[in-house]
Amino acid sequence: MFSASTEAAEVVLKSGWFLENAFIIPIIPALAFVLIIFFGKKMPMKGSEFGILSMLAALVMSLGAAYQWIQRVNGVSDETYVKPIIRTWTWWQNDGVSLGIGQHIDGLSITILVVVAFISSLVQIYSTEYLHGDRRYTHFFASLTLFSAGMLNMVVAENMIQLILGWELMGLCSFMLIGHWWEEGANSRAALKAFFTTRTGDIGLLVGTSVLFFAANDWTQKTLGVSGFSIRGLSAWALSGDPSSAAITVGAIALFIACIGKSGQFPLHTWLPDAMAGPTPVSSLLHSSTMVVAGVFLVARLYPVFYEGMNVYGNSVNFIILIGGVTIVIAAVLAFVQTDIKKVLAYSTVSQLGYMMMGLGAGAWLPAVFHIFTHAFFKACLFLGAGSISHSASHHSFDMKKDMGGLRKFMPITFSTWIVSTLALCGVFPFSGFFSKDEIIDNVGYAGYNFFMIVGLFGAFLTAAYMTRATYLTFFGEPRGAAAGEHHDEEHGHDAHSSHDDHGHDDHGHDSHDAHAAHDSHDDHASHGPRESGLIITVPLILLATLALSSGFLNAPAFGEKWENLKKWVEPRAEVVSVTGIAKPAGAHGETRTAALKEAGSYDSPCGSKTPVGGVCYAPQLKHAPFKWWKAGLSMGIVFMGMILSWVLCVQLYTRKNKKLVGLTERNKLLGAGYSFLENKYYLDTLYEKIIVRSIAHPISRGAYWFNQNVLDGIVNGAGTSTRKTAGWVYRNVDQKLVDGAVNGAGTTAENAGGALQPVQSGKVNQYGALLFGAAAIGALVLVIINF
Amino acid sequence: MLLNQFLMLGAVLFCIGVYGVIVRKNAVLVLMSIELILNSVNINLLAFSLRNGSVDGHTFALYIIAVAAAEVGVGLAMVLLMYRNRRSVGLDDLSEMKG
Repeated sequence: MFSASTEAAEVVLKSGWFLENAFIIPIIPALAFVLIIFFGKKMPMKGSEFGILSMLAALVMSLGAAYQWIQRVNGVSDETYVKPIIRTWTWWQNDGVSLGIGQHIDGLSITILVVVAFISSLVQIYSTEYLHGDRRYTHFFASLTLFSAGMLNMVVAENMIQLILGWELMGLCSFMLIGHWWEEGANSRAALKAFFTTRTGDIGLLVGTSVLFFAANDWTQKTLGVSGFSIRGLSAWALSGDPSSAAITVGAIALFIACIGKSGQFPLHTWLPDAMAGPTPVSSLLHSSTMVVAGVFLVARLYPVFYEGMNVYGNSVNFIILIGGVTIVIAAVLAFVQTDIKKVLAYSTVSQLGYMMMGLGAGAWLPAVFHIFTHAFFKACLFLGAGSISHSASHHSFDMKKDMGGLRKFMPITFSTWIVSTLALCGVFPFSGFFSKDEIIDNVGYAGYNFFMIVGLFGAFLTAAYMTRATYLTFFGEPRGAAAGEHHDEEHGHDAHSSHDDHGHDDHGHDSHDAHAAHDSHDDHASHGPRESGLIITVPLILLATLALSSGFLNAPAFGEKWENLKKWVEPRAEVVSVTGIAKPAGAHGETRTAALKEAGSYDSPCGSKTPVGGVCYAPQLKHAPFKWWKAGLSMGIVFMGMILSWVLCVQLYTRKNKKLVGLTERNKLLGAGYSFLENKYYLDTLYEKIIVRSIAHPISRGAYWFNQNVLDGIVNGAGTSTRKTAGWVYRNVDQKLVDGAVNGAGTTAENAGGALQPVQSGKVNQYGALLFGAAAIGALVLVIINF
Repeated sequence: MLLNQFLMLGAVLFCIGVYGVIVRKNAVLVLMSIELILNSVNINLLAFSLRNGSVDGHTFALYIIAVAAAEVGVGLAMVLLMYRNRRSVGLDDLSEMKG
């Protein structure tokens, strides 16, 4: 058994067609994108069939790959390093430098592939109904498909360059999708904001990739024969003891800045809530499985680099856990002051991403990846549920206070899927969120970060409370506004939203955009009042809710080791793998393992803590907190406390209109200040737009103005004065006496010549171009002749 | 090495581009033709760079792509302004400079 584990090369690992050809998965939607762009408008379903079919094909291939990967893992013992399936082709090569493109398929990429393909398929199906009759229907599906292609490409990427390609594709497509209804100023502003904010972080991605390449390339070329961009090479290099701590720390921090931007971590989270300006299916896709998960995925993918660079399991608090912890709380608190149901969900996403980052920062790799997995299902379900409400019940409004309430009677399916997903999000046993979120909190505490464990528990309390508030406002109490069947005509609907807009310039568009876009085709049911949505909308909701309920059981340490399937299939094993580049002392690794096992009954892998001998490591040895029921009970208690407290407050505040509570923020100065602090989102937008952008842009423009006024004008004026003086002298002495005669003659000549050349100055640009090229051609001809 | 073929491709693209600049009346199409010219230059640079086995040509090509992006940005902004002021993007309407 041990000889088998030390010589990974000797172990025969199962493989299969789906695993070997997983690189095709991103190519399918990319091709579909081209088809939609060129033929979409002529197709009977306006191009959506290409998108849906491509996503379903990607889903089938991902599931096939998942099945074969599980076979591969199950075929070997628990101590064997399961090699990822790596294939590379040369993309670009010159002068000894070459870039590859290919696939790096392991448990992590397969997990995310399945999630992305599944959610994308459902979202596309849902969109056929939700965006029915939209004026840019075909383009919407084109961008949506390319968006998924970008994410899938990033997930299968073999090296950093390919990963950047997918990453940037997503940035571009998110810009197009958020600004889908760009006619409204707020929407295009939100799209620009999303683009620029993530771009700010993306600088880190380029810097980090370059730093790591130059630091690692020599080692990876020598040892593994791969370039310093390769993910496999970087992982092995990070754990090899070769990197200098400065290089790897700088590289890891730069990469993490990119993740802050993409995954909406504090302080670059401000774009995410604004991104709600896009159509709801986009929010659902963006917030569950693509785009925002990209940052978390990058950290999980290059985990050895972050592990070493950020000193995970070190004594001090590292950058990742700090950012994650801060994000959890600040985003969760903001969710309380939102009236837009989608914004509550957006802040909830930011907060959940904080959990994932915190988990990664504390060495809880598997719980964090598992949380990506479960979160994708219930968050997609919540967003699609919000879309279902606005589509069928609240007349395209997302305002919980004005246009919702009491909807549980009208929308039983949406209501029940919403409740399931909310319970999953809050982490109630046995819904999926419990298994992933509690594992993160538990492992953070187990790794010694007690403060951040309390932050996590506090976050769980806040999550339960704000989700209860949103649920109460939407589904309970008395129907209000559109939910009460109040008839809006279009102007009225729009005015109502503009007038309540009192918290910032960029808010009002979000509430009413859906009303505009899909309105033409929906006028027929404008006055019907709330009712349940059609099957195309409810079936995806039911599927997602089922998974939100059940996906947690894939990795449920609560029921014993047998249930920890994801740990077995996904977590890379911290084994020393022998490579040709490193001379292997005879039997060294196997013997230490055997000796350690004999002596202490346990074996600690050297990966991550010591320099590996006789091979390389691809993953650090991670700790796993043992599951304790009392801990689960404690966090359950906190969650229920949050729910009950919030419920009682909601009933008092929104239904009973308790005089002591209503208007408290107006009466109490301190509370009022806190409320407006939150309502202005900690003034971060003000800071970025008014202070940072102005303080950079204004001095530059002022300096340029000063330079223009004083220096350039001075030179020009001085030159002018001296020229005038000289000219006067020349005029008196030379011009009058000597030149006049000549000039008169020349003048006549020039006039004649000008008259002859006048037709050339036709004012026609094409003609100027033709003259330019003609002259250049003559010049080239002359050169050729001279060179003969 | 298919140097000749690459150079031929570059030359053909260049000629198409020049033809477009001279003949087309639509400002957007002229901008596109200019892109063709720039990219034909890129192809030449890449072909020679591959033949000489140096990355210089690639680097230059990347520069050209960046410059071309900036150029299109400015160009399209001009076209947009033109359209706002005159409701047309025809180059024939812009002949105030007629002597």
